[in-house]
Amino acid sequence: MSEDIKVDKVMDLKGMPCPMPIVKVSKGIKDVEVGQVIEAITTDPGALADFPAWAKTSGNEILQTDQQGGLIKFYIKRKA
Amino acid sequence: MKVSTAKKEEVPYKGEHLVKLEEIENQVSELKTQLESLSKSSPENKISLIVFSGDLDKALASLIIATGAAAMGMDVVMFFTFWGTSILRDKGKKVGGKDFMGKMFGTMLPKGVCELKLSKMNMAGMGTVMMKSLMKKKNVASLEQMLELAAEMDVRIYICEMSMDLMGFKREEMIEYPNLTFCGVAKYLEEAQSSKVQLFI
Repeated sequence: MSEDIKVDKVMDLKGMPCPMPIVKVSKGIKDVEVGQVIEAITTDPGALADFPAWAKTSGNEILQTDQQGGLIKFYIKRKA
Repeated sequence: MKVSTAKKEEVPYKGEHLVKLEEIENQVSELKTQLESLSKSSPENKISLIVFSGDLDKALASLIIATGAAAMGMDVVMFFTFWGTSILRDKGKKVGGKDFMGKMFGTMLPKGVCELKLSKMNMAGMGTVMMKSLMKKKNVASLEQMLELAAEMDVRIYICEMSMDLMGFKREEMIEYPNLTFCGVAKYLEEAQSSKVQLFI
């Protein structure tokens, strides 16, 4: 599924607990242009609820969420 | 055909129309002022936190909420008051000129984030040491790191002047933080009035 999403930046957030994943992503997303996509990889189970909440309030879009074992990958499109 | 008759009909009523137009204009301007005052009083995308407690766990919670809110794009204001003021003391700074009570409070209260204790299960300091080592093991950011992060993310910090005065704390013994401001209750209330979220920790 993820092959057809063009990723412009990958963020490795493995091992980071709350609130670091969303703190890092909110900073990292500013490094790409509006319309570009970042892939955020996290091991924080809380991120499953946190990332959609963050995306909603910050005005960005989560294109896809992949879960492989303990790894959670978010594909986030910068919209704002 | 209809258009021309309509036009003819309009002519005798022109004066009346002008009066109506004036009425509408008045209503519009009245609505505009009402809307302005409404948007002034409606809450902004802002959170204001009162950090009353000087416990490690509560300080951690308030800093996590503050940095998290900043990541969500919110304007964040933290008010440190009463026991919370000791969170912002700088361990490395020494100030003189304190009276007896000031010296006593100064010694007995934690000097900055590294001296904070747990509100529960402190067990004469053992619990706090264990919690700190657990936090390190689980990669939870330390309070020092959280404060640095807050500064980076433009979290505004206010300290209650009256609490500082009570405990005998001096401005010179507080940490270096961008735009650290000393204030009273009115500043907090002004910020709280325009905040969507308000917390007391």
